Amino acid sequence: MSTASYREAVRAAMRKALRDDPRVFLMGEDVGRYGGAFAVSKGLLEELGPDRIRDTPLSESGFVGAGIGAALGGMRPIVEVMTVNFSLLCLDQIVNNAATLRHMSGGQVNVPVLIRMATGAGKQVAAQHSHSFENWYASVPGLKVLAAGTVQDAYDMVLAGLEDPDPVVLFETMVLYNMEGELDEEASSLDVWHARVRREGSDVSLITYGSSLPKTLKAAELLAIDGIVAEVLDLRSLRPLDTEAIVRTVSKTHRAVIVDETYRSGSLAAEVCARIGENAFYELDAPVERVCTVEVPIPYPKHLEDAALPQPERIAEAAKRTLQRGG
Amino acid sequence: MGLTRDHALELLHQMVRIRRLEEKAAELYSAGKIRGFLHLYIGEEAVAVGAMSALRPDEAVVATYREHGHALVRGLSATAVLAEMYGKVSGCSRGRGGSMHFFCPEARFYGGNAIVGGGFPLAVGLALADKMQGRRRVTACFFGDGATDEGEFCESMNLAALWKLPVLFLCENNQYSMGTALARHAADVELTHRPMAFGIPAEKVDGMDVVAVERAVRYEAESVREQGTPRFLEMVTYRYRAHSMYDAELYRDKAEVAEWKERDPIALFVARATEAELIEDADVDAIEQEVAAEVARAVEEAEAAEWETLEDLTRNVVAREVP
Amino acid sequence: MMGEFVMPSLGADMTSGTLVEWRKRPGDRVARGDILADVETEKGIIEVEVFESGVVERLLVEPGTKVPVGTPLAVLGEEAGGAEAEAGAVTEAVTEAVTEAVTVTEAAAVTEAEAVTGAEAFESAYAGARGPATGVRQTPSARRLAREAGIDASRLEGTGVHGTVTREDVARAAAPRAPAKAAPAAGERPRISPLARRRAAELGIDPSTVTPASPDGVVHARDVEQAARARPAPQAAEPPGAAMRRAIAAAMARSKREIPHYYLSTTVDLGPAIAWLEEENAKRSVTERLIPGVLFLKAVALAAREVPEINAHWAGESAPPLERVHVGVAINLRQGGLIAPTIHDADRLPLAGLMAAFKDLVKRTRAGAIRSSEMSDATITVTSLGDRGVETVFPIIVPPQVAIVGFGKIVERPWSVDGTIVSRPVVTATLGGDHRVTDGHRGGLYLAAVERLLGEPEKL
Repeated sequence: MSTASYREAVRAAMRKALRDDPRVFLMGEDVGRYGGAFAVSKGLLEELGPDRIRDTPLSESGFVGAGIGAALGGMRPIVEVMTVNFSLLCLDQIVNNAATLRHMSGGQVNVPVLIRMATGAGKQVAAQHSHSFENWYASVPGLKVLAAGTVQDAYDMVLAGLEDPDPVVLFETMVLYNMEGELDEEASSLDVWHARVRREGSDVSLITYGSSLPKTLKAAELLAIDGIVAEVLDLRSLRPLDTEAIVRTVSKTHRAVIVDETYRSGSLAAEVCARIGENAFYELDAPVERVCTVEVPIPYPKHLEDAALPQPERIAEAAKRTLQRGG
Repeated sequence: MGLTRDHALELLHQMVRIRRLEEKAAELYSAGKIRGFLHLYIGEEAVAVGAMSALRPDEAVVATYREHGHALVRGLSATAVLAEMYGKVSGCSRGRGGSMHFFCPEARFYGGNAIVGGGFPLAVGLALADKMQGRRRVTACFFGDGATDEGEFCESMNLAALWKLPVLFLCENNQYSMGTALARHAADVELTHRPMAFGIPAEKVDGMDVVAVERAVRYEAESVREQGTPRFLEMVTYRYRAHSMYDAELYRDKAEVAEWKERDPIALFVARATEAELIEDADVDAIEQEVAAEVARAVEEAEAAEWETLEDLTRNVVAREVP
Repeated sequence: MMGEFVMPSLGADMTSGTLVEWRKRPGDRVARGDILADVETEKGIIEVEVFESGVVERLLVEPGTKVPVGTPLAVLGEEAGGAEAEAGAVTEAVTEAVTEAVTVTEAAAVTEAEAVTGAEAFESAYAGARGPATGVRQTPSARRLAREAGIDASRLEGTGVHGTVTREDVARAAAPRAPAKAAPAAGERPRISPLARRRAAELGIDPSTVTPASPDGVVHARDVEQAARARPAPQAAEPPGAAMRRAIAAAMARSKREIPHYYLSTTVDLGPAIAWLEEENAKRSVTERLIPGVLFLKAVALAAREVPEINAHWAGESAPPLERVHVGVAINLRQGGLIAPTIHDADRLPLAGLMAAFKDLVKRTRAGAIRSSEMSDATITVTSLGDRGVETVFPIIVPPQVAIVGFGKIVERPWSVDGTIVSRPVVTATLGGDHRVTDGHRGGLYLAAVERLLGEPEKL
């Protein structure tokens, strides 16, 4: 058990996988000499060499597709797409190839590729670099989608994604790379596919994942000041979604707020809402609330960017509304 | 011709297999037995037959949605192929893919890819896997002239050349990107210029001449194996039939089609091989009979094959379900 | 005989094609792969090939005809077996082919007929789901309102675009019929959370009676639980008397909704009746004594024979008079509520028998031992609030009856007899009548008969 940053946790997991399994290699834009756009892979090139740590040209479709092909050829590639924004350039490869090949071949081929990408806003990098499209990927059968909201998960999800026989898209949160937290490499678990209660509570369930987890935990603290005991559920796996855990927490508190940095329309929060409606309708004592990103291309100025994104205060207000406590 | 009689018979046999099976497929499509898209290869048989003859069995093949011929020559049975077109569970992809998505990893046949250009990066990745695992073998990537306009073509050429990967890019230039003629879709109709921009050696061959194709691919493949770097071969050919099953063919003249039919790859090969006294009329008859029997049996077996049960609808979406 | 050449399926989205031109004529030889015809589809004109070799024997479809995929277009025959073929055989083949062709044509006709039937079936299925076969269009909102109001919107004249029945049309049609059934505004529906509804069902509480505690005005689960705790009785299915209250509410609401009541009232001098009763009761044992109410019952019953249209059941359009007179008696229950069970053939019972029947009925009613016939057979009802201290009662008719008589308290009032003011016991009798059946004149005659009968108690 030690303290590490989210960035270090991803790196440590990749290093472990690269050392343990010769089939594993990392490729992506500037993952080698530059050390990774977010310095995640810093030092790996020196340790493992250019064959295993491959800088790619700016050809998202080309190198993500090559990762899929290499997986078909028996490798276990880690493909880093710098951010989800650029992943739109390789959406075809992920959706039309990675997700479909197993099915279209009648189960004859698997695509064990781990595609990592940073997501989320909050760095004043404006609209084209601030998207969150976890929901898009989470809607595609054939993919598995993970979102790391803690340092330990950042570590575990890399290893779990590599161990899985299916294509896994792992979302890392851009603004969390510096976050410090506890990391226990010995206690690492490959079961990242189920939601986890990050804070026990009885009054209202705050359901979230990835980038919004720290904000939601903060909101729970704000609510505690007002005597409201919120439960925080971290979804972790966005595909498949852990419906049972969602139903469990809603059945306990009878109120739910879903916090999600994707745009509200067609958001992941919308999907969670629907599952609550389908599976826990008679547990609800108040309408479900959503705290999502305001539907505007993320603006550059900080005050506007902050206002567009889910924030602890907005989350707490929504929670209070479910309790008829103002807000 | 520099061929043995046996090899000549084999080349002819394979070309006739493709043509007769596809003619039957067209008939079955007209009767509503086969649905979806059906892209026929008739007219282009010399390309797949010549190229496959030059590849080793352990070398990967990535093909397009017009891949019936490639699959047959690669060793998939007529029944597996036809049953797949029917959508039956005994098809080469359990019926889940249909005409455009034939797969057979045992034959290292990786589709059956229906997004134009989508197969390029897969081929690059397969070659990368070979290189990283120290295997000296070719990944053959088939694609049409239309695919050379896709961004993934340039991305993949660049990657393959940059990383020195053993990819053999095999361009089946059938003159049309769906219904758009080469001159209407390519600023420079000399397609070999494009790979050259990435330092990839590029050659061109008559795709209606099965012997020429085989010879060229044999040379290119051997070069790729030896040097471990990509190469490009353009095979100039022509499809006689519509882009997909039927179209009104508003985009080309009948005279043009007739002209290309004058150089029909099967007729051309029969004439030359007969002249060279490698084969005789009786051989052609025997092959036709054998193929007719094979096709008839395939139809019978595909007709009789089972449909997958509804209970299995969501089967094979993922390899491992999350419990 | 090879068979038929049918309109091929030239694409997954093709359902029919138009034969543009025949490339071959009857008698022409065709080889597999030959173009037999040009067919026009959405994509343009496509050359259609034949997959068998043979001879065109007959063309079945004229150029310019549009036919569904699978329709026979031509009949193909086998090639004659060489130049030596017997002429007879050829003729036979042709004859056979022609016969076959006729059959094919018939088959095509049948197919077409079936197709039409299929289309009609589809149409009617569609119409069934959407509205009448006449194709009256309704807006979704109108359809919903019509369903809620129990109106067949297809019979309405639509005032919307292209005669579409609009919400307003339905509302207009609904207004005179059943205003009470009009859809309540959304805001009027009590707002109850799903969990609160579930808990209410579990706890046997009507959630619409629960007072919400939170400012949003929504009944939450905790409100239901609070109400359950506050409830005195242990977990009864519902509060006592609630079912009866509902029954009364339903019957009375229906009466007031459907029956146009008229009221007539008269004050009756009970002097002779009370005097007669006192005299009679002096002769009887305590248990056999009569009360004035029994005289009322008998008078109401006998008067009904005199004005028979008062004694009837409303039967939808009219109320044919009934032969037997069964008098319903409104009886208060101690736990609240009331019911009006029946004394059968009250007009024929002697007063002693009527008194016994009445006492028995009250006893059994309060014990909950009423027979079902006693709950439904009454042809006219009497209600008396006399002992509750009111002078006049305006009663509500019990459907499907068409009249009810109410008696107030018996009071001493100054009364003019032969020009002299004297004190007399009097009672106010009020007739509630169904104006669809009787009017004030007949009602007045009836009430007068009741008054006359009460004035001659010895005849009762």
